[in-house]
Amino acid sequence: MSLTLLEGNEAIAWGAYHAGCRFFAGYPITPATTILSTMMKILPPNGGYCIQGEDEIASIGFCLGASMAGQKVMTATSGPGISLYSENISFAIGSEIPIVIVDVQRLGPSTGYATKGADGDIEFLRWGNSGGLPVIVLAPTDVADCYILTAHAVNLAEQYRCPVFIASNKEIGMARESLDIESLDLPAEIHRSKPRQGTPYLPFAAGPTGVPDFTPIGDEIISRQTSSMHGPDAFLTVDPEVIAVNQERLHKKLTGAVESFTYYDLHEETGAQVLLIAYGITARAAQTAAANCSQSGLPVSVLTLKTLWPIPVDLIKKIAASYQQVVVVEMNLGQYVHDIRGIICDRSVKHFGQMDGNLITPGQIEEFIAHV
Amino acid sequence: MSSLINPNRPPAYCPGCSHEVVTRALDLCFKNMAIDANRVVLVSDIGCSGLFDTFFNTHAFHGLHGRALTYATGIKLARPDLHVVVTMGDGGLGIGGAHLLSTCRRNIDVTLLILNNFNYGMTGGQFSATTPSDAQVGSGFLNKIEKPMDPCQVMQAAGATYISRVSAYQKDLADQLQQAIQFEGFAGLDIWGICPGRYTRHNPMTFKTIQAALDDVPAFDGPIAENTRPEYGRHYRQMALKQQPAPMPPKVEKQFTSLINSRNGVLILGSAGQRIITAGEILCLAGLAAGLHASQKNDYPITVLRGHSATDVILSPQKIGFAGIESPNVVLALGQEGVDRRKALFNSFSDETFIIMDSRVALPECRGHKLVLDFKTHKIKRQDMAMASLANLAIQQKLISMPMLEEALRIRFKGKALEGAMALTQRSAEIT
Repeated sequence: MSLTLLEGNEAIAWGAYHAGCRFFAGYPITPATTILSTMMKILPPNGGYCIQGEDEIASIGFCLGASMAGQKVMTATSGPGISLYSENISFAIGSEIPIVIVDVQRLGPSTGYATKGADGDIEFLRWGNSGGLPVIVLAPTDVADCYILTAHAVNLAEQYRCPVFIASNKEIGMARESLDIESLDLPAEIHRSKPRQGTPYLPFAAGPTGVPDFTPIGDEIISRQTSSMHGPDAFLTVDPEVIAVNQERLHKKLTGAVESFTYYDLHEETGAQVLLIAYGITARAAQTAAANCSQSGLPVSVLTLKTLWPIPVDLIKKIAASYQQVVVVEMNLGQYVHDIRGIICDRSVKHFGQMDGNLITPGQIEEFIAHV
Repeated sequence: MSSLINPNRPPAYCPGCSHEVVTRALDLCFKNMAIDANRVVLVSDIGCSGLFDTFFNTHAFHGLHGRALTYATGIKLARPDLHVVVTMGDGGLGIGGAHLLSTCRRNIDVTLLILNNFNYGMTGGQFSATTPSDAQVGSGFLNKIEKPMDPCQVMQAAGATYISRVSAYQKDLADQLQQAIQFEGFAGLDIWGICPGRYTRHNPMTFKTIQAALDDVPAFDGPIAENTRPEYGRHYRQMALKQQPAPMPPKVEKQFTSLINSRNGVLILGSAGQRIITAGEILCLAGLAAGLHASQKNDYPITVLRGHSATDVILSPQKIGFAGIESPNVVLALGQEGVDRRKALFNSFSDETFIIMDSRVALPECRGHKLVLDFKTHKIKRQDMAMASLANLAIQQKLISMPMLEEALRIRFKGKALEGAMALTQRSAEIT
C-alpha cells in the first residue's frame, strides 16, 4: 500500500479529470480556490481549458456554453458564488445542460466566514433555483469521497443531463488527508447518449429514460438550446400540455432514478435502538461517537448519506424501520432533518446541530445521545 | 449558397423594427460568405434581440439576460472552428457590462452585434445604458439624471481589437457584418436602429436622423490598431502547449515501522511566516512513510503574512474518523499568536501531553510535560523553529524517527531547499 497526501479540493480536481472533465471555469473564493489552482495545473497541459471568469456568473456561463459544445465541464465556488450561479443553475436544470458544480461550503450567511466550515447550503443547493425542479447533490465525508463522488458526479451529469452538486465543506476541501489512490473504486466513464440515425433530431425529445439524446453545438446536425419554456424542438411553446409533460419529465428523470445513484455507508450495531443519520464531515464524528457508545455498552448505528438529493426516501425508510430513535446530526441549525422527519413520520426524529465554525465533536454527539 | 433563414419561422418583429433589417443583412452576409448552417452558432439573450436565433436555421444558444458573451466564450473555446455570432440589445449591454469589458480584454474570436435601439423594448420602453438623457422613456425622469455610455469608446478602452459603429439602414451593412465575422479576434458592432413599438413614438427617429446622429459621435470603422494582439483561444492553446503536465501528488511507500499504535493528535502553534503549515505537511509525510494515515487542517487569517498560524495534524495506524483534535498528544508552541488563538484547548491537556515550547512563548495554565527550548540562543531563526521542533521529536523517538523525518524532507523538498532542511535537522539535534 502507498499513500498520497491530498487536499479534498485537489482530490475533486483529479477525480473530475479522471472522469473526463476537460473544461473548468471558476472565480477565486476561499475555501474553493485550490480547485481552480489545481485545475490550472492539470488541464492546460492535457489539452483542456481552465479559465478564470470575471465573476461567478461568467464562470458558470463559460461552462454552460462549453457543455453544449460537447465538453464535460465543472465549476467550483462557495455559498456566495452559488447565489450568483443561481439563475444559470435554473437554466441548466430546465434546459438539461450537464455540469458539475462544487460548493465548498463556508460558514454563512452571506460572505460569512471564509475560513470556517459549515453545511449551511444543503437546502439552498436543492431549492436555490427558480421552478424548484430537482437536482443531484452528493456530499463527501473525506478526501477519498471527494475523488470518487466527483467522478460519479461527472458521469451523472452526462447520464441525466442536469447539474450535479458536490456539497463539500471547508473542513474537507482545505484539509489534507492520506489516501490510497490505487484502492479507489472509480467508475467507468459515461457519455451523453447520441441521437439515433435516421430520425430527425429534436433536442428535447426524450425516450423511456426521460433524458434527451445529445448532439453538440458545432456538429453536423443543427442543435438548439434555449433557457425559455420550450417544446421538444427547442422552440418556445405556450401549450400547457407540452409544458406539463416536460416539467414532469424533468422531475421524474431524477426522482425516479435516485436508487441507481444512492451512495451511502451503513454501520449497524447489533441491538442498537438509536440510528444516527449524518452526512459530510460530521458523519465522521458520528461514526466515532457511535463506536465509543457501542464500546461503552450502548449500541448505536450510523447511516452516512452521500447522496442527499434527490432524497433517497426508500433507503431511509427501510433502514430507519428497525430503530426506535433517529438522530440527525448536521453542521447547521436544522435543515436536512426536516426532510428526514417528512419520511419518518411515526417516531420522533431528534436533531443536533451547530453553526459556530467548529466541527461537531464525537463527545457532543455522545452526550446528546445519552439524553435522548 | 442559400439563405440560412429558417423557412418554417420567418422573421416576425413589430412592423418597422430595425431588427428585421439586421436579420436580413445577417442572412445576406452568411450567403455572401457561403457558410454552411452548421458552421454558425447564434448566441442570444433576453429581449427582442433574443428572437434572432429562432429565425435562423443554424446552431443556437439562447440564454440569460446579459450573459450571452459568457456562453459564446465557452462555445468558442470548445469549438474554435465555429463562427460564433452574439446578438445583444442595449439592455444586455448594460446588465452584462462586466462580460463586455472582459470579452474585449480577452480578445476571443466572437462577433458581437449590439442591436442598439436606446431602450428596453420588450418590457415597455424603460431606459437603458445608451438612452440619451433628453429622451422620453418609461422610467420617468431617471434617464435624465444618468449619463448614457458609448459602447464603442468603452470597448476600445477595454481592449477590443475591432469596433464598428453603423446604422441598421446603411446599404453596406451585410459587408460590415462579414468583415467583423471574418476578423480573427473580438469584433463589436454598435448597430443603431429604431424601436417603433416603444421608443420612436415619443422620440422621433428616422433613417436620416440616425445617420446624422452617427456623424456627431466618434466614428469606429474596423480594426483598432492600438489594441492589436493574438486571439485568446489561439493564444491560450499556444501557451498551454508549453506547460509541463502536472504530476499527481507523490505516492509514499511504507518504508519504516511506526512508533505509535494508536491515534495521535499534534498541534503546531505559531505565527505567520514560521512555516507552521509546511511543518505540518512534513509531519504527515513522515507518518505516511511509516504507513500511518494522516490528516492536516490549518487555521490562518486572510493576512497570510501577519497573525496566527496553526495546524492540527493527526497520525493514526487506523483510518482517521473524526477529523478534529479534542485533546492533543503533542503540542509545538512556537509563537504567541497561535497559542492565544487556541487557548481554549489547553484545558484539555493531560499529564501525558508532550509540549515543546519556545522559551519566549507564554502558555496558558495547562497540564503536560513541557520541554522549553531556547531557540534564540541556538540561533534558530523563527521560520526554522517548527522544523527544528520536528527534529527534536525525531531525536526523542516521539511519533516519528529521524529516518521518517528525512524521508519526508526528501519527498517535500528538492535541491538547495532539501540540503538546507537536512542541515537544519542535524543542527537541531544539538538543542536541548
